Amino acid sequence: MSIGEATSEQTPDSTRMRWRRSGGAALVVRGLHRAVYPLLGVAVLLALWWYGGHLIASDPATESFAGFGPGPTFASLADLIRSGQLWGIAYPSLHRIGLGLLWATVLGVPIGVSIGYFRVAQETTHIPFQFLRMISPLAWMPIAVLAFASWDGAIVFLIIVAAIWPIIFSTAHGVKRIDPLWFRVARNLGAGGGQMLRRIILPAIGQDVFAGIRLAVGVAWIVLVPAEYLGVTSGLGYAINDARDTLAYNDLAAIVVVIGVLGYALDRICLFLIQHFSWRVEL
Amino acid sequence: MSSHRESSAMSARIAIDYVTHTFRGQPTATLEDVDATIQAGEKIALIGRSGCGKSTLLHMLAGLMLPSQGCVRIDGRRVTKPSAKWNMMFQKPSLYPWMNVRQNAALGLVFAGQGRSANTRVDALLDLVGLGDNKDANVQQLSGGQQQRVALARSLATEPDLLLLDEPFSALDAFTRSALQDEVAHITRQRDLTLVIVTHDIEEAVAMADRVLIMSRNPGTIVGELRVDLPFPRDRNRAEFTKLREHLMNKFRDSGDAHAAKPENIGKDDASQAAA
Ligand SMILES: Nc1ncnc2c1ncn2[C@@H]1O[C@H](COP(=O)(O)OP(=O)(O)O)[C@@H](O)[C@H]1O
Ligand SMILES: [Mg+2]
Repeated sequence: MSIGEATSEQTPDSTRMRWRRSGGAALVVRGLHRAVYPLLGVAVLLALWWYGGHLIASDPATESFAGFGPGPTFASLADLIRSGQLWGIAYPSLHRIGLGLLWATVLGVPIGVSIGYFRVAQETTHIPFQFLRMISPLAWMPIAVLAFASWDGAIVFLIIVAAIWPIIFSTAHGVKRIDPLWFRVARNLGAGGGQMLRRIILPAIGQDVFAGIRLAVGVAWIVLVPAEYLGVTSGLGYAINDARDTLAYNDLAAIVVVIGVLGYALDRICLFLIQHFSWRVEL
Repeated sequence: MSSHRESSAMSARIAIDYVTHTFRGQPTATLEDVDATIQAGEKIALIGRSGCGKSTLLHMLAGLMLPSQGCVRIDGRRVTKPSAKWNMMFQKPSLYPWMNVRQNAALGLVFAGQGRSANTRVDALLDLVGLGDNKDANVQQLSGGQQQRVALARSLATEPDLLLLDEPFSALDAFTRSALQDEVAHITRQRDLTLVIVTHDIEEAVAMADRVLIMSRNPGTIVGELRVDLPFPRDRNRAEFTKLREHLMNKFRDSGDAHAAKPENIGKDDASQAAA
C-alpha cells in the first residue's frame, strides 16, 4: 500500500499505522500475534517438564531417573536424529498405522455409504456395530495373535479394529445429511449409479470421511504403542520397552516426545485434508 | 394421430391419462383422474392451492414418481423413469457446492459422456442467462436469482424437449422474479420447448403461459383452464394483461374452493398464496 493513503489519518499513531500497513511487516506482526498463545502453551508445558525433571534430579532417591528431564531428553533426541536411528524406529510404526488406516478406510467407507444410503443396512447393522464398537481394540489382542501368523499382521488388525468405527459412522452420517434434492436433480440429469457415487455422493461426504479418519488416527495412534509392546522387535512401542529394559530413560523420554510430535503431525495432515475436501464456505 | 405432430422435433407432447395417486398410508387419493393433453411446444401454467398435488403431478411428468393408476405419455411413450429429454427445476436451485458455476451447468453433459465437448455449449448458455462474468464463481457466493440462473443453464445444457418448473421463482424478490419469468418465456419460445410451470402466483401464470390449468384440492384434479392469447414480450401493465389476471383470479376462486368453503376449513386457507 502507498504511503499517500496513510497520510489521510494524521493521528498520533500514524507512523506506527503506516508501518503496520506496509504489506510484509503487517503479515509478520499478524503472524506473531497469532503465535503468542500457542507458544505460551508450549512454554508452560516445557517449564513444568523442566521443573519436574529438576525435582527428580535433585532428590537422591530418584536421581537415577534424571534422564526424564528435558535436557537429557533433547540431547538423546538430537543423537537419535543425527545417527539416523530415529527413522529406523519410527518407520515400522508409521508403516503399520498407514496400512491399518488404509484397510480401515477401504472397508469403512463403503460400509458407511451403505448404512447412510440404505435404511435396511442401517437397521440391520445398528446393534451389532454398536456392540463391537464398545470392545476395546486391545481386548482383541489374544484373538489377533492366534489368528495372524505374524506379529505385524496382528498389530495391523488391531489398528483396523480401532480405526474402522469412526470412519464408518462419520461416513454414514455424511451420507444421511445429503440433501435428497441433490439425488433427484442428478437422476433427472441422467446420472447412473456409478456416476451418482463418484460425482455426487463421494464429493458431498469427502469432509465427513476425513473427519472420520482424523478420529480414527487419534484412536489408532494410541492403540499402536501398547500393541507394539508385544512380540515385534521394531517400532516406537518396542523402542520404549527396550529403553526401559536398558534403563536408558533419556532415550525413553525422547521416544515419547517423538510419539507426541508424530501424532500431532498426523492430526494436522488430517485437518488439512478435511479443509481441502470441505465445500462449505466459511463466512 | 395428433394434429400437432408436425409442429417441431424439438418439443414434446404430453398425454396425462387418468392419473390417480394415493400415497402409502394416506386414506384418500391425492390426485384423482387427472386427464389432460399438452401439445408439443405449448407453454402451460399449472395453478392451485398449496397441497393440491401440483408437485406430485409434476414429479410424475418427470418420471421421478409413478402414479398408482393411469399413466403419463410423452411423445407416445410411457414415462417410467427420468430422462435427459426432459428436465425439472425446483424452488431450490439445488446446485452442487463443490463444483463451480460452469461445472454445475455442464453436469448433465458430463453424465451423458459429453463432458469434453461441453465447455463451449455451456459457456454460451451461461452468457444467455446473464452469468457470463461468473463462470468460475463458487455457487455459494451467488445471489438466489443467480443460482436459479445456473440451474436454468444446467437444465438447458442437455437440450431437453420439455422443461418442468416447480415454483422455481417463488423464493426470489419481485424484481428478479419477473426478469426470470420473461427470460424463461423468451428462451422456451425461441427454442420451441414445451413448458409446464407450477405456480401459485396468478401473475406468473398469465405472464408465461399459453394456457393455464387450474387444479382443485381434495382430491387434486384439473377443474378449469384459461387461454392466454397475449403477444410476447408481455407487458404486465397493459389492460389486456390485468384483465386476464382478474379473470383468472375469479375463475380460480370459483373453482377450487368447495373445500375451503366448509366451515371446518375456515382459517386454514392460505389466501396470501393465491393473491398475486
Ligand atoms: N411422499 C409423500 N407421502 C405422503 N404424502 C405426501 C407425499 N408428498 C406429498 N404428499 C401429500 O400430497 C399432497 C400434495 O402435495 P404436493 O404435490 O406437494 O402439493 P403442492 O405442490 O400442490 O403444494 C399434500 O397433502 C402432501 O401432504
Ligand atoms: Mg409444491
